[in-house]
Amino acid sequence: MTSVLYDAQGPSAKRRNLLYTALFLAASAVVVWWVYDGLNSKGQLDWVKWEPFFTSSQPYVTYIWPGLQNTLTAAALALVIALPLGAFFGIARLSDHWWVRGIAGTVVEFFRAIPVLILMLFANQAYSDFTDIDSDMRPLYAVVTGLVLYNASVLAEIVRAGIQSLPTGQTDAAKAIGMRKGQTMRYVLLPQSVTAMLPAIVSQLVVIVKDTALGGAMLTFSELLASVRPMSANYGANNIASFTVVALIFIALNFALTSFASWLERKLRRGKKSTGAVVHAGPGGGLETIGPPTIHTDDGQSG
Amino acid sequence: MFDFLDMNELLGAFWVTVKLTVYSALGSLIWGTMLAGMRVGPIPLMRGFGTVYVNVVRNIPLTVIIVFTSLGLYSTLGIALGGDTIPVINFRLAVLGLIAYTSAFVCEALRSGINTVPVGQAEAARALGLSFTQVLRLIVLPQAFRSVVNPMANVLIALTKNTTVASAIGVAEAAYLMKGLIEEYAALLLIAGVFALGFICLTLPTGLILGWVSKKVAVKR
Repeated sequence: MTSVLYDAQGPSAKRRNLLYTALFLAASAVVVWWVYDGLNSKGQLDWVKWEPFFTSSQPYVTYIWPGLQNTLTAAALALVIALPLGAFFGIARLSDHWWVRGIAGTVVEFFRAIPVLILMLFANQAYSDFTDIDSDMRPLYAVVTGLVLYNASVLAEIVRAGIQSLPTGQTDAAKAIGMRKGQTMRYVLLPQSVTAMLPAIVSQLVVIVKDTALGGAMLTFSELLASVRPMSANYGANNIASFTVVALIFIALNFALTSFASWLERKLRRGKKSTGAVVHAGPGGGLETIGPPTIHTDDGQSG
Repeated sequence: MFDFLDMNELLGAFWVTVKLTVYSALGSLIWGTMLAGMRVGPIPLMRGFGTVYVNVVRNIPLTVIIVFTSLGLYSTLGIALGGDTIPVINFRLAVLGLIAYTSAFVCEALRSGINTVPVGQAEAARALGLSFTQVLRLIVLPQAFRSVVNPMANVLIALTKNTTVASAIGVAEAAYLMKGLIEEYAALLLIAGVFALGFICLTLPTGLILGWVSKKVAVKR
């Protein structure tokens, strides 16, 4: 494979690259051996510790599936609530009235500047102090509230960018046929910009799924990560094996979402119906580096 | 009303947050740049490694990584990173976790920056007979760095907020202190307000200053 960054390789460059490959392999082998030795000397590679995950469905039925269900419930609830809220604030930031813009902008910037964990801790304590929500349900409520507050503000920015990505001619044309502001937004701008936003919204879902794990670590929310402790305790302190399985499930889930988002983005770029604008896509032109296309929401790497 | 407010305690906790941020930022800048170099380089094995690393790490929750450093690395395997007391060990483990996680995002930001450099620049450099390392070091990366100040600022802000996850393994930073305070005192709104303000004081100037810097250093085309 060639790239603009380096020439097609001649014999000596090929030899040199072979040497580097060998060195890299040797270094990797040292690291792998070191990891293997560390795991082995602590007995973490014993078949007893891994066997439950291969030979029975018990760990999946008892620990992983309930945890995964809670993770997915919290993520789905958070997205469903945050999406309309985000759309509302995103549109409000584009208002013609300065005070509406100001209030919406302040709210969005405020919740974007604060860590999700702080929001979750606050929500948890607030529900315990001021409401009579059952203490079994409280962690779920707290996690969803924290996620909604943060992600609604991120989604608001996505919505705003999506609407702004439309050509101004659309608004002018709507005005020319006598549509009011609300009608322009409802019938002309929103339907078109939704396609441009979709990839960014799907990749925001990855952030939401990842952030549910905070609830497991800090708020006794029994999601996927929280299932590691009881699982490890039950199967003879197989910490490493339990973590590996849980991490693999997270990776599979989020990788599916990420791939879906980039597939969606490629499809939309080719599509004739859309404007071809995609929110937060990497800039075109210039040096194209090799690799799958990536999607950047502006600070989509929280938690 | 403000009886929960022990200024030394509060500043101490935020100081830990700042230290976590700075160490992790430096570490992930170095490791992230190396990853980006691998991902655009001519050696297929390194390219594959970079791609797999970024795609795997980006899709694991940071919380899983941080909890793993404590439960998996320290408790199970006894890796203490040279620390001898529990607070020191946890702090170092948290920095390790944050670096491992954040460098994936630094790498992606940098790679998108490399994409903004015009093809002609690299072609001209190759025509002059520069090697891949020279093209990257002398021509492409300096321009790429200047165009990614803004995305990097977003990574840095996200990192600042992500340091709160370190409280999951008991690093005594801001979120950890807040959790203790709201359980002890009945002034929830005030306490949450103080910590929210603290984080706004950390993240808002970062965004503003680096936004200004990005305009200053951007390569005009």
